Amino acid sequence: MATTKILIAGFGGQGILFAGKALAYSGLKIGKEVAWLPSYGPEMRGGTANCSVTFSDEEIGSPIVDTPDVLIAMNLPSLEKYYDFTEKNGFVIFDSSLITKQDTRDDVTTVGIPATKMASDNSLNGLANMIILGKTLKITGILTLEQIKSSLSQMIPAKKAELLEKNIKAIELGYNY
Amino acid sequence: MSEKVLMKGNEALAEAAIMAGCRHYFGYPITPQTEVAAYMAKKMPKIGGTFLQAESEVAAINMVIGAASSGVRAMTSSSSPGISLKSEGISYLAGCELPALIVNVQRGGPGLGGIQPSQSDYFQATKGGGHGDYHLIVLAPASVQEMFDMAFKGFNLADKYRVPAMILADGTMGQMMEPVSLDANAVETYDKSWATVGTGKHEGRNIINSLSLSPKQLEDWNIDRYARYKIIEENEVMYEEYMTEDAEIVIVAFGIAARVSKNAIKEARRRGIKVGMLRPITLWPFPKKALNGLADKAKAFLSVELNMGQMADDVKLATNCKKPVYFYGRTGGVIMTPEEILGEIEKIEKGEAEQW
Amino acid sequence: MVVFEKTKGLTDAPLHYCPGCTHGIIHRLVAESLEELGVLDKTVGVASVGCSVFSYNYFNCDMIQAAHGRAPAVATGAKRAHPENVVFTYQGDGDLAAIGTAETVHSAARNENITVIFVNNAIYGMTGGQMAPTTLPNQVTQTSPYGRDVTVVGYPVKVCEMLSEVTGASYLERVAVNNVKNIRNAKRAIKHAFQNQIEGKGFSLIEVLSTCPTNWGLSPTEAIKWLDENMEKYYPLGVYKDKYKEEK
Repeated sequence: MATTKILIAGFGGQGILFAGKALAYSGLKIGKEVAWLPSYGPEMRGGTANCSVTFSDEEIGSPIVDTPDVLIAMNLPSLEKYYDFTEKNGFVIFDSSLITKQDTRDDVTTVGIPATKMASDNSLNGLANMIILGKTLKITGILTLEQIKSSLSQMIPAKKAELLEKNIKAIELGYNY
Repeated sequence: MSEKVLMKGNEALAEAAIMAGCRHYFGYPITPQTEVAAYMAKKMPKIGGTFLQAESEVAAINMVIGAASSGVRAMTSSSSPGISLKSEGISYLAGCELPALIVNVQRGGPGLGGIQPSQSDYFQATKGGGHGDYHLIVLAPASVQEMFDMAFKGFNLADKYRVPAMILADGTMGQMMEPVSLDANAVETYDKSWATVGTGKHEGRNIINSLSLSPKQLEDWNIDRYARYKIIEENEVMYEEYMTEDAEIVIVAFGIAARVSKNAIKEARRRGIKVGMLRPITLWPFPKKALNGLADKAKAFLSVELNMGQMADDVKLATNCKKPVYFYGRTGGVIMTPEEILGEIEKIEKGEAEQW
Repeated sequence: MVVFEKTKGLTDAPLHYCPGCTHGIIHRLVAESLEELGVLDKTVGVASVGCSVFSYNYFNCDMIQAAHGRAPAVATGAKRAHPENVVFTYQGDGDLAAIGTAETVHSAARNENITVIFVNNAIYGMTGGQMAPTTLPNQVTQTSPYGRDVTVVGYPVKVCEMLSEVTGASYLERVAVNNVKNIRNAKRAIKHAFQNQIEGKGFSLIEVLSTCPTNWGLSPTEAIKWLDENMEKYYPLGVYKDKYKEEK
């Protein structure tokens, strides 16, 4: 695919923007054109937050993702809002510990992962974003596990080694789920 | 070229301003430009510069006037309602012939409006905003790289012509992250022997002033400045042409609207409609000649803007009504989709669109 | 033989002020102070809007002409760009205490290292005698033709008193130029304010009670008398704050 449009959406505080940054940073590292665009404003604190990430082999036109190839939904309103707009043959990955979803489309691959529950079961509170990201990489193949791990190690400062370790653990958990 | 880094537009712009020699930033918080101020607050104290959060936008622009009068590269940034407040000071900058950089990361209006991206300050930026006969050099970046590059360009042009320059961005340009190469552009230096730095440092007395009670003198000042504007119009126009070679419909769009339009153009071409785009990078001076030239070969123009139709007037003037001009816009913070633009293109093709 | 010499702090441009107006005296006190302190060649003055708008023609140093009320902000920018320079504003009551209140209060709050010369003559002079923020209760002006009615338009702003509560401000003094003794005292205060700035002591404001015979509708001598009898009562002279003296 020359261009991959990814939309990550959920509640403010779920680490939506950070998950998007990890993707964008990795995209940059593997030589793609990338754009990262957050929703901004008061909604960032408690309301819905979303983040558009575009990977491309060519110059990126609009950085706004309205019709994602890959939708990562971390709450029900986000899934309901964007599910029908997901591109044919696209992927929808949602947090099944927060959302119960019947597949209504047979032209997209829809996968649930209980990311929030897994995070709390594994003492990785706040890292459901990375768990769901891990699963996303596995099923979409947009990045390898090694690529995202390498990016995270560059994004998270060395003095926060513990945080890096947890993020990587979360990614792996999701990837291997 | 150095390795690209991922950076927000607002931060890339702030970093570039510092690299361009700006050590005096005066601002006031307002969404969605606050990252510029935050970046300056972090960086300036470490490099011996001034970051000052003023008591108002009005005070901030007047601090810029004071610093610019003193011959240093000074800047401020704000978003639409804040730029309205700064407009008095911007008029004084123009009248006093002071170089300075003003950044407007636009949001929806009028009034308090909203905080989502907009281009509805096009008129304000290009036609005045403040009172009196004047122009600003108005630069419209369409990527994070251009947010970076335009900061250099803005300061260079402002100093070269003693004209204030404005970067007219919008919420997406400010908030978006893209890979950016942080290689310094050229920093041009121009004579500033006019600056008020104390008579000990220059011949005679320097006065920074925009007042004259003699109509003839005031007229002369304005005529002199407009002669310079003419030189700017001849030499400093910047634009990008995209697939215009064989285009029958030419979109005219800047900033984020141009980015969205590119998607629409690609899709239109897949459907066999020959669409291209002229993207003004300088909104003033406006690429009149280039548009007029295109009007000889294209069949129609479509101005795509995040407002109710502002630049469309200039497109019509520039093309001298040789070909029909259409307009498509969304406003209030709503961003059009490529499909919507495509819909408008198809309407033009079928002769169903209404002319601007 | 003693020969009077005009201060080098003023240009040779003839002042445009009305007969009996005390702006001329205040200009001279500022100019003499700068000359005596030996800083004329590194001084940047900021002229405001009002009768003193043309002061950029009179002070013999680099000058910036500011928008109405904005002189302290412009001075802030100039001072931050060149902290080694001496920067002052010269503002009237409408400029400083009405439209420019925010700039005044906040430059004081920041303890901006500038000197503010505030000329209070209780009226808008340049526009022809309208009510000022410092117009006295019951005082007749063009826009308070029946006298300033405090129940309708409120009370005059006492700038030195107000700023004395602003922690940042360093030195605040109210003086007058209605007799020789007061003029000498005003000179001392103005010079002290500039000395403070040279020593990096921060924000100084000297409020100078001044006359406006033309718009008060009085002769120059009557105007002096009116200042004695009315303004000084409402606006008592004296030092309102001297941070460094207090700290001694």
